Amino acid sequence: MFGEKAIELVRELDRIGDGQLPAFNEDGIRQVLEEMKALYEQNQSDVNEAKSEGASELIPTIKFRHCCLLRNQRCIAAYLYDRLLRVRALRWEYGSVLPTSVRFHMSAEELEWFNQYKKSLATYMRSLGGEEGLDITQDMKPPKSLYIEVRCVKDHGEFEIDDGTIILLKKNSQHFLPRWKCEHLIRQGVLEHVLS
Amino acid sequence: VSVMSDVLSEASEGSGDDSQELMTPAELIEKLEEAWLNEKFSPELLENKSEIVECVMEQLTHMEENLQRVKKGDLKASIHRMEIDRIRYVLSSYLRSRLQKIEKYFPHVLKKEKSRADGDPSYLSPEEFAFAKEYMANTETYLKNVALRHMPPNLQTVDFAKCVPEPSLDSFVFLRVKVQQENILVEPETDDQSEYAVDLEVGSQHLMRYRTIAPLVSNGAVQLI
Repeated sequence: MFGEKAIELVRELDRIGDGQLPAFNEDGIRQVLEEMKALYEQNQSDVNEAKSEGASELIPTIKFRHCCLLRNQRCIAAYLYDRLLRVRALRWEYGSVLPTSVRFHMSAEELEWFNQYKKSLATYMRSLGGEEGLDITQDMKPPKSLYIEVRCVKDHGEFEIDDGTIILLKKNSQHFLPRWKCEHLIRQGVLEHVLS
Repeated sequence: VSVMSDVLSEASEGSGDDSQELMTPAELIEKLEEAWLNEKFSPELLENKSEIVECVMEQLTHMEENLQRVKKGDLKASIHRMEIDRIRYVLSSYLRSRLQKIEKYFPHVLKKEKSRADGDPSYLSPEEFAFAKEYMANTETYLKNVALRHMPPNLQTVDFAKCVPEPSLDSFVFLRVKVQQENILVEPETDDQSEYAVDLEVGSQHLMRYRTIAPLVSNGAVQLI
């Protein structure tokens, strides 16, 4: 059945749920593109035949194939675009450096898109207000308290807080730090917010 | 609010800026909060409020500077720090929700901005406009390289305006009336209803379709809540 493979691509993303990025299905895309090529070639020859011999009974078939082509195109675009939205979300979740486990599931072109997106976002944030700009990927939640209790999940080394004090972030050590200084580290998985 | 205005007035003392003489810091923050809530709850992108964003950024810088001078361990310092954090949160959240809408509706946002007549207020700030254009170009290039250029010659373009969903202007929003309105026409919800008019009293709250009151949001007569 035409279009079957294309819809399978879309189903694959739907099944895996929001926010998850499965491995890029290069093979699936290739198969759909091949199907499209075949459909197009058949249509070309039928169109020529219909024109030269006036075989008007071919027209419904040609129309049908064209609809299949459009559907395949739409499904591929939906698959790729939906993945981009997931890739975009990664920038907000992990920051500008992605963990290898996530990058592993991205195609080279997706990585390129991600880098370009990262750059556009950085340019935008730098242009806000004064010279320094404003990092709007910070302050994701309304602040409730100034300091929070955090535990180190892995060794991170020395870390300077606003007033110049330097503390050592060692695995399993616990600290009471300004929230605005550790939001990033929490998201990167270096620190863990300890809820009492 | 009292603490906030206290901190802010302290912050603005040093600045003596002329552009802000018409607005006190407390009023500025109020304006920011209004813009923030409107943007958060409206389905479509609203006009940009670059002036407010710039003023608030400036205030934040002044407040940070003032904080540097307060001595360590002062209770006042931590209260001020908290206020700075809160204001920065509102500002970031406001800009974030705009950026999210720009990304989500980029073909429509760009179309609207490009077809805007000279002199009409622009929806996008120059920075947002640049961002939206880059986002569109990046996405276009990506789709072209990965799939479209491998497709038959008559199928190598995709009309984004048709594929990317438009904001749903018919969604319902909660609102509070700030300026008395008379004879607002409400579209019928069912076939046996006909169009009717309502008056909106100051301070009253309503649940209505966004489309009906969109002009009132942009001129500030109602506040989305």
